[in-house]
Amino acid sequence: MKVDILIIGAGPAGMAAALAAAPSGARIAVLDDNPAAGGQIWRDGPQAHLPPLARDYRQRLEAQANIEHLPATRVVALAGPKALLVEDPEQGRVIEYDRLILCTGARELLLPFPGWTLPGVTGAGGLQALIKGGMPVAGERIVIAGSGPLLLASAATARDNGATVLNIAEQAPWSKVAGFAAQLPRWPHKLLQSFGLFHPGYRANSHVFEALGEGRLEAVRLNIGGQLREVACERLACGFGLIPNLQLGQALGCHIDNGAIAVDAWQATSLADHYAAGESTGFGGSEKALVEGAIAGHAAVGERNAAQRLWPQRQRWHGFATALNAAFALRDEVKHLARPDTLICRCEDVPLAAVADHQGWSQAKMASRCGMGACQGRICGGAAQALFGWQPPVPRPPFSPARIDTLLQLGADAHSQA
Amino acid sequence: MPELTLDGRPLLVAPGTTVAAALLLGGDGTSRTSVSGQRRAPVCGMGICQECRVTIDGQRRLACQTLCRDGMRVESRP
Ligand SMILES: Cc1cc2nc3c(=O)[nH]c(=O)nc-3n(C[C@H](O)[C@H](O)[C@H](O)COP(=O)(O)OP(=O)(O)OC[C@H]3O[C@@H](n4cnc5c(N)ncnc54)[C@H](O)[C@@H]3O)c2cc1C
Ligand code: FES
Repeated sequence: MKVDILIIGAGPAGMAAALAAAPSGARIAVLDDNPAAGGQIWRDGPQAHLPPLARDYRQRLEAQANIEHLPATRVVALAGPKALLVEDPEQGRVIEYDRLILCTGARELLLPFPGWTLPGVTGAGGLQALIKGGMPVAGERIVIAGSGPLLLASAATARDNGATVLNIAEQAPWSKVAGFAAQLPRWPHKLLQSFGLFHPGYRANSHVFEALGEGRLEAVRLNIGGQLREVACERLACGFGLIPNLQLGQALGCHIDNGAIAVDAWQATSLADHYAAGESTGFGGSEKALVEGAIAGHAAVGERNAAQRLWPQRQRWHGFATALNAAFALRDEVKHLARPDTLICRCEDVPLAAVADHQGWSQAKMASRCGMGACQGRICGGAAQALFGWQPPVPRPPFSPARIDTLLQLGADAHSQA
Repeated sequence: MPELTLDGRPLLVAPGTTVAAALLLGGDGTSRTSVSGQRRAPVCGMGICQECRVTIDGQRRLACQTLCRDGMRVESRP
């Protein structure tokens, strides 16, 4: 398969990029590893309520004859210059492209604490995603912890689906949370979305201390403003904010700056014909993703005037992103929750004691197998970066577990190109 | 409404339900046994952590990114 423009990720950024590029007549493919388009915020499912804007984007994407949406498709490896090996449930294949737009979004930062591997403990956005997919939580007592506005969004989804949210523990201090809330009228739409959800159990300057239970979660010990408190519950949803998904950009050789894919005013990366937009260029919410995606789409088809007209709008949402990231910066306490026997690598069951004394990620990996498991260091690598400041290494293919017949395609392709 | 089997037991779910959700609808919510023998359950809900991997019709798949289909066989215990 060969396309003019290949877009990785069908979240707000990827959809906006495709729709902005489409009127040029270019042949466009948008691939995403989820079964439906929408990304994180517009995730569909039996317990999801998509806003009208999301429906509108999805309908327009479907209606464009020159946009092909490839659902349930993930990138497995690079397959030569401007070619990627991808896999869906049926087949593996190589897609060649002329221009690429990386809209790979962000994932939750999950930090290890005692008991975090117990069934019943999920990410904060993770809980929201699982509920939207139909996971029943009615009648459950839920504690939400970590950092950022996602905690409130997750609490709202849990409550709307019949759960009781007992506590929301935000690690950032009151002063910062209040300062952020006071700035929100600058972005009125966001006000409704996040702090409109304010909850009586919300406490700043608070964090999870440990999760307790035999074989599954039974209670959570919270540090609420310096006081330890034990809360019996069925579920704990804990996430410490979002970190950009860089793996593919890194593997392609795009310059990474400050934990995000570096882009210029046209959303172009350091690599010619490769663009990036949305959370992969830094966390900032769906409005930033939409406007960056549209700029990238216009720029990728050479419509610079249309792209430039959107710069002021982007500027506005970058302001929001800066305020957000400053308010919810991680405090040191939450980086020291794990004990020597707390597992750091959930795939290979490697405890903190086995990695903490190493100089860096590569050494720790060699000695302990930390990061060598199925998630390819996406969870423990993010944690090690937050805990020890270790830079994650450039990922090696396959970027996610793939079937043998898919990988064989790579061999066949490499031979035919040689 | 799709009907699948989860660890040998039949289960009827709403259309659009993920296999990750089905694990709790029809069982204790766990998906796999870790290398040191702990039961684990889906964590990230978005295809990153790989804790939700189960066997679906003989193939290793991520439960959180797979929709339930009629006749699907899901196994969470080896
Ligand atoms: C779990 C979670 C829940 C969130 N909930 C909210 C919310 O309720 N409200 C809110 O304002 N914001 C929420 N956010 C923030 C959200 O990231 C942004 O608001 C918005 O979705 C960003 O859009 P995006 O297009 O940049 O990225 P995303 O929406 O993350 O889209 C990226 C897409 O690319 C796919 N992808 C990534 N890499 C690959 C690959 N290699 N191959 C194939 N597909 C790939 C991902 O699966 C995803 O579907 C949430 C974030 C997370 C992580
Ligand atoms: S729950 Fe994390 S990959 Fe499915």
